[in-house]
Amino acid sequence: MTFTIPIDNGDALKNAETDSQRTLYPYVTGTSIVAIKYKDGVLMASDMGGSYGSTLRYKNIERVKAIGKHSLLGASGEISDFQEILRYLDELVLNDNMWDDGNSLGPKEVHNYLTRVMYNRRNKFNPLWNTLVLGGVKNGQSYLGMVSMIGVSFEDNHVATGFGNHLARPILRDEWHADLSFEDGVKLLEKCMRVLLYRDRSAINKLQIAKITEEGVTVSQPYSLKTFWEFQAFHNPTAGAQGSW
Amino acid sequence: MFRNQYDTDVTTWSPTGRLFQVEYAMEAVKQGSAAIGLRSRSHVVLACVNKAQSELSSHQKKIFKVDDHIGVAIAGLTADGRVLSRYMRSEAINHSFTYESPLPVGRLVVHLADKAQVCTQRSWKRPYGVGLLVGGLDESGAHLYYNCPSGNYFEYQAFAIGSRSQAAKTYLERRFESFGDSSREDLIKDAILAVRETLQGETLKSSLCTVSVLGVGEPFHFLDQETIQKVIDTFEKVPEDEAGEAGEAGEGEAEAAAAAAPAEQGGGGAGDQDVAPMEM
Repeated sequence: MTFTIPIDNGDALKNAETDSQRTLYPYVTGTSIVAIKYKDGVLMASDMGGSYGSTLRYKNIERVKAIGKHSLLGASGEISDFQEILRYLDELVLNDNMWDDGNSLGPKEVHNYLTRVMYNRRNKFNPLWNTLVLGGVKNGQSYLGMVSMIGVSFEDNHVATGFGNHLARPILRDEWHADLSFEDGVKLLEKCMRVLLYRDRSAINKLQIAKITEEGVTVSQPYSLKTFWEFQAFHNPTAGAQGSW
Repeated sequence: MFRNQYDTDVTTWSPTGRLFQVEYAMEAVKQGSAAIGLRSRSHVVLACVNKAQSELSSHQKKIFKVDDHIGVAIAGLTADGRVLSRYMRSEAINHSFTYESPLPVGRLVVHLADKAQVCTQRSWKRPYGVGLLVGGLDESGAHLYYNCPSGNYFEYQAFAIGSRSQAAKTYLERRFESFGDSSREDLIKDAILAVRETLQGETLKSSLCTVSVLGVGEPFHFLDQETIQKVIDTFEKVPEDEAGEAGEAGEGEAEAAAAAAPAEQGGGGAGDQDVAPMEM
């Protein structure tokens, strides 16, 4: 039995024709994903933006999707590669359901499958340009993990991708604790997303928070955070700056 | 079963809709020494009789670990059994590697059955001549399956295959209803008692049988000779009582199979003509 690792067209390195098929740089990208474990499961937040370089081209992209019964997948990076991954997972979940035998893929299995896919693509010098966040609940156990485009994979109580790693995780390290209530979890995520909104130029003020518990997945409707721009420092930003440097 | 003009090729049907080569393969299973499996809700015990070619040689290995949570006991052409065990180990480890999760035994068994079916539909192949008792765990608990050379598989509470397995089956048929809630120790004891039935009078010693256990929270492992001997000692100490009971159970009393077993038509001629074992 071959496990369904997607293969691209042969040798991405040798052939001149196939060379243009390797992923060299991303085009339409999503920015950070922030996710935490809480009392009943996992919460995952992302904004709905798709940047085309420095242009904020798309403003209605869902970057968090439900996978099977037990998992939630969030992605930052190349949006088309994310869609490709969703297709692979769709096939995986379909085959799992076709067995119809009371066994089902849990978040751990999906996370490991994705790790294999990402690492194998990296080894062919043709990566899927994403950092993925996989969260889920099965049999009362919460699971939260991450896979990067080079196949680095790990689990933790809170994860973030891209700028989130630098801006959100320090907040989470200080303020996350086990058994957060849903309201506290959302507040914590909003705090992280607000910082990202202020400081990440590819973030937009339209976000979704997804929740996964034993019962299933809920993705919130898009909404905006309140922001405040009347800080004194913003009024005359160049005051105190002497010269061009 | 007698020779007939439709039995040369596995791909030739008989006029009565039978594939004789496949049925002959199932006969090979009956020639092997006995293998027995039983399960409770949380454990599976596999036991077999250690048959050696001669006094000089060691006995053949008939029980294999496939993974921490799956074991298999074989009867028939042990070479075929070894090859299939290697296939099962390969499937289990590939799944483990990709998903970091144990392969559900129910899915392994289907792969095995599909592999066996291929050999019943290719003119350049022959069916595997080995029956496999696969015991393992999945999300819904402990399971025991029997995989047949025909490509069929069945789930059992308890089963026995190989030569003189009818005696063991009769013993198991009387007790299987209680196996679901049996403790691990009782399950082991029942397995060894079932092995004793197949020995038909020969004294049961721990050197004559191999026993393996797996269960929820207990990875597959073999019981050592000491442990087996201890269990034997609990019932062999009172030979008169147990012998009396064994006499009652009787070998060769072909009871109608209530629970698990498809009818084993060992060596009967006319009786077989109308019933293809693999269709049950």
